[in-house]
Amino acid sequence: MDFITANNVTFSYIDEDEQQLNTENVKQVLDDISFTVKKGEFVALLGHNGCGKSTVAKHLNAMLLPTGGMVYIDGIDTKNEDEDFTIRKKVGLVLQNPDNQLVASVVEEDVAFGPENIGVEPKEIRRRVDLALKAVDMYDYRHQPPHKLSGGQKQRVAIAGIIAMQPQCIVLDEPTAMLDPKGRDEVMNTIKKLNKELNITIVLITHYMNEAVSADRVIVMDEGKILIDGTPQNVFSQVELLKRHRLDVPQVTELCYNLRSCGVEIDTLCLHTDECIEKLLEVLR
Amino acid sequence: MRDIAFGQYYPANGILHRLDPRGKILMLITFLVLVFCTSNYYALSVIVASVALIVMLSKVPVRLYFKSLKMIVFIIIFTSILNLFYATGEVVCEFWIFKITREGINNAVFVCVRIICLIFVSSTLTFTTSPTDLTDALERLMKPLTIFHVKVHEIAMMMTIALRFVPLLLEETDKIRSAQKARGADMESGNLIQRIKALIPVLIPLFVSAFRRAYDLAVAMECRCYHGGKGRTRMKSLHFIKRDYITFLVVLLIISGVVLCNVFLPQVAR
Amino acid sequence: MSTIRVENLCCTYGAKTPFEQHAVKDVSFTIESGDFVGLIGHTGSGKSTLVQMLNGLIKPTSGNVYVDDTDIWAKPKEIRKVRFKVGLVFQYPEYQLFEETVAKDIAFGPTNMGLDEHRVKERIDKAAKFVGLSKDLLDKSPFDLSGGEKRRAAIAGVIAMDPDILILDEPTAGLDPVGRNVLLSQISQYQKSRKNTVILVSHSMEDVARVTNKVMVMNKGEMAMFDHTQKVFARSKELTSMGLRVPQVTRVIDALRSKGIDLPEGILTVDKAVYEITELLKKEGRL
Repeated sequence: MDFITANNVTFSYIDEDEQQLNTENVKQVLDDISFTVKKGEFVALLGHNGCGKSTVAKHLNAMLLPTGGMVYIDGIDTKNEDEDFTIRKKVGLVLQNPDNQLVASVVEEDVAFGPENIGVEPKEIRRRVDLALKAVDMYDYRHQPPHKLSGGQKQRVAIAGIIAMQPQCIVLDEPTAMLDPKGRDEVMNTIKKLNKELNITIVLITHYMNEAVSADRVIVMDEGKILIDGTPQNVFSQVELLKRHRLDVPQVTELCYNLRSCGVEIDTLCLHTDECIEKLLEVLR
Repeated sequence: MRDIAFGQYYPANGILHRLDPRGKILMLITFLVLVFCTSNYYALSVIVASVALIVMLSKVPVRLYFKSLKMIVFIIIFTSILNLFYATGEVVCEFWIFKITREGINNAVFVCVRIICLIFVSSTLTFTTSPTDLTDALERLMKPLTIFHVKVHEIAMMMTIALRFVPLLLEETDKIRSAQKARGADMESGNLIQRIKALIPVLIPLFVSAFRRAYDLAVAMECRCYHGGKGRTRMKSLHFIKRDYITFLVVLLIISGVVLCNVFLPQVAR
Repeated sequence: MSTIRVENLCCTYGAKTPFEQHAVKDVSFTIESGDFVGLIGHTGSGKSTLVQMLNGLIKPTSGNVYVDDTDIWAKPKEIRKVRFKVGLVFQYPEYQLFEETVAKDIAFGPTNMGLDEHRVKERIDKAAKFVGLSKDLLDKSPFDLSGGEKRRAAIAGVIAMDPDILILDEPTAGLDPVGRNVLLSQISQYQKSRKNTVILVSHSMEDVARVTNKVMVMNKGEMAMFDHTQKVFARSKELTSMGLRVPQVTRVIDALRSKGIDLPEGILTVDKAVYEITELLKKEGRL
C-alpha cells in the first residue's frame, strides 16, 4: 500500500530581491516530480546540494505545499489545511543540525515536547518518552542537558522526539551531514533499527553514498527532477550517469566498474565491502 | 562568564531540592518581604537564624554562597558606608567632617545584613532548582495573569528556549573569536573604541548564526506540531505534597516570629 | 619555508579541579617544510586543541612549539605574528564571514598584518584564484553566496595571509561529493604550487589517503602514529581499535592479501587498486 504519493509535483517561488523589477524571476525548485513510498519501505533520496531534495522533504509533512500537482500522505491531500497536524503526526521530520531542533534543556523534556503539543495525557507522555528514548538507546541520558551530548547523541534525541509522536513515517533531511563517523554510524544504525523493528517508513535524504546503499530503494534527484528511481544495485550500476550529475558511488562499486572497463570479468557491481571481497576472490583465484 | 550564567544550579539530593518549585518561589517572595519588615535586632536575628538554617538544609557548599556574594560585595560596602555617615542623631564619634551616629551604625548593620540575607535566600532558590523547573513553575504561577492578556505561555517558552540556546551561543562566540584571532584580529589591546570596533567581526557572524538557528528552530517546532499554549499538556504535573505543606508551616512560624518580635520588642532608633 | 617542531606538548583543561582533563599529553614531532600531513583521530582525541596550540591560540600547559626554531611563546606580546605564519582555517569557516563584500572579508587578515592597500589587493586576487572563486563574486555580499562558495571565500581569507604553514580543520565537512573533491584538489594544487606545509584535519580517511604524504594519528590526547600515509594505513587493525578505519578500498585489498592474493600493501585509492589488480591479472596472463 502506498503511504506517500507525489503526483507531478512542481514547486516554485519568486526571488524576492528582484520582485519589483521583473516577474520573470521565478525560481523553479521542483519540476514535475512523481514518486510513491510504500508503508514500511526505506527509501534514500540522493542528490547534490541545492538539487531540491530538502524541498521535497518539506512537502512530505505539509511544511510546504506544491505549486502544482498533489502530495498525498496516507491518502490525505497535504493542501487540506485542517489536516496539517494529522499529517505532521504521521510524518516526522528530522533536520540536519541537531543543535537547532532541540527545544528544552533536558533530554527527556525535549522528547516530551511533541506529545505535549498534541495534547497527550501526562501519563501517556511519560510512557512514550521512555519508550522513544529506549528505542534510540538514549534512555540513560534522559536527565542530561543537550549541550553536554555528542552530535550523534543529539541527533538520536531529535529522532526520539519524533518517535514519541508515534509517526508512521520519518523523513530525515541529511541527518548525518554534521556528524563525525562514529555519530554517523550511531544514527544510521538507529534508522535501520526503527525501520526493521518498529516498521516505520523511512525517507532518508543524504549525499553519502554508503548510507543510501542500505536502503530498499534509491531515488536520485538533480535540478528539481527525478533522474533514477530503483534498487541500490540498479542505481549505483549507472556509474557514468551519477558522475555526470555530480554524484559519487561507493569506492567498491567504482573499483568493480573500473575493473570491468579494463576488461576484467565482473558480472554485477558490488555495493558492500564483503560482497566485493568475495567477487574479487572469485576473479583472482 | 559561563560560571555566572549557568553555574547556578547545584545538583544535590537535599530536602530543598525536592520541594515543589512553585512553593519555593512563593516562599522566596515571602522571605524578601519579611527581610524588609524587620524593625529591631530581635526580628533580624530570627531572619538570620532562618537563613542560616536554609543554607544548611540546601546541601550546597557555603563557599558557593559567598562566591555569589562576591559579585556585589562592592555594593554592600558602598551602601553600608553611605548609611553609616548619612544619618542624624546621637553622635558616637567624630573626626574632621565625618560624624558617626548610633542611628548610622544601626542603619549600616541593617542594610548590610538585609542584602546578604536577600542574596543568600535567592541563591538558595537558584542553587536548588534547575532552570527548567524554575521556568515551569513561573509559567504555572503566572497562569492567572492570562486574564489580563499577559502571554504567559509565550514568555515561558521564550525562557525555555533562551536556557537551551545561551550555552550554545556562548560556545559559538568562543569559536568565532578564535577564528578571527587566527586571522590576526587583535582583541586584547587598544583603547575602548578600538576594542569595541574589534568586536564587530565577532558580533556580526554571531547574529547571523543566531538568526539562522532561530529559523531552523521555528521549522523544527512547527514540524513537531507546536501551535502555542492552546490545548497543550505537560509531561510533568506539579502537586504539593506533605513535605511542601510542612515547609509552609515552618515559614509561617518564621513569619509569626518576626511579626511578634517587631510588635512586642522595642524598636531600634534609626 | 618553515618547519614546525613540537616538544613535550601538554594541554590540560581545568587543572587542579575535579574536571581536570588532559586534552593533549606529551606530544613531540617535527613537520618538515613542504609536507602535506593528514591529522586523524576521532572526536575528542585532542586534534583541535593540538592545532590551536600550533598557531598560539591556545597556550600549552607545558612543552614548546617552535616555528623555524623559534619558540612561539618567547615573546608573548608578538603571538599575533605567529598566526600570520601559521594559518588556521576552522571547521565551518563560513560562520566567520562578516564584511559587506567577499573582497573586504578576504582582506581582513592581510589588513591586520599591516600591509598597504596595493599589496592587500594583490593578496585578495591571488587567494581568490587559489580557491577558485570567480572575480564577479568578490563584490558580492558573502551572505549571498552558496554554501560551497562561502566555504571557499572563508578559506581564501586565511590563504590571503600567505602563511608558510596552512592548517585546515575539516575543510570539506558538509559539502556534497563533487564540492568535496573540487575543494580537495584545490588545496592539493595550492600545496604543490606554493610548496608549503599543509596540515589537513579530517574524519574522511578517503580524503586523507588521496592527498597527503604523511599521516598523524591522535588517540586519547596522545600521538599514536606519525608516518608516511601508506605505512599508517597499512596498520588497519590498530586504527580500528582506535575507532578509526582505513578507506574502503584499502580494506578490500587487505582482505584479499590475507586470503593469499599477491597484491602490494598500502593501496589507498581506487585508481591504484585497479592498476595493481589488472597488472596482477596481466602477469598471470589472464587479461
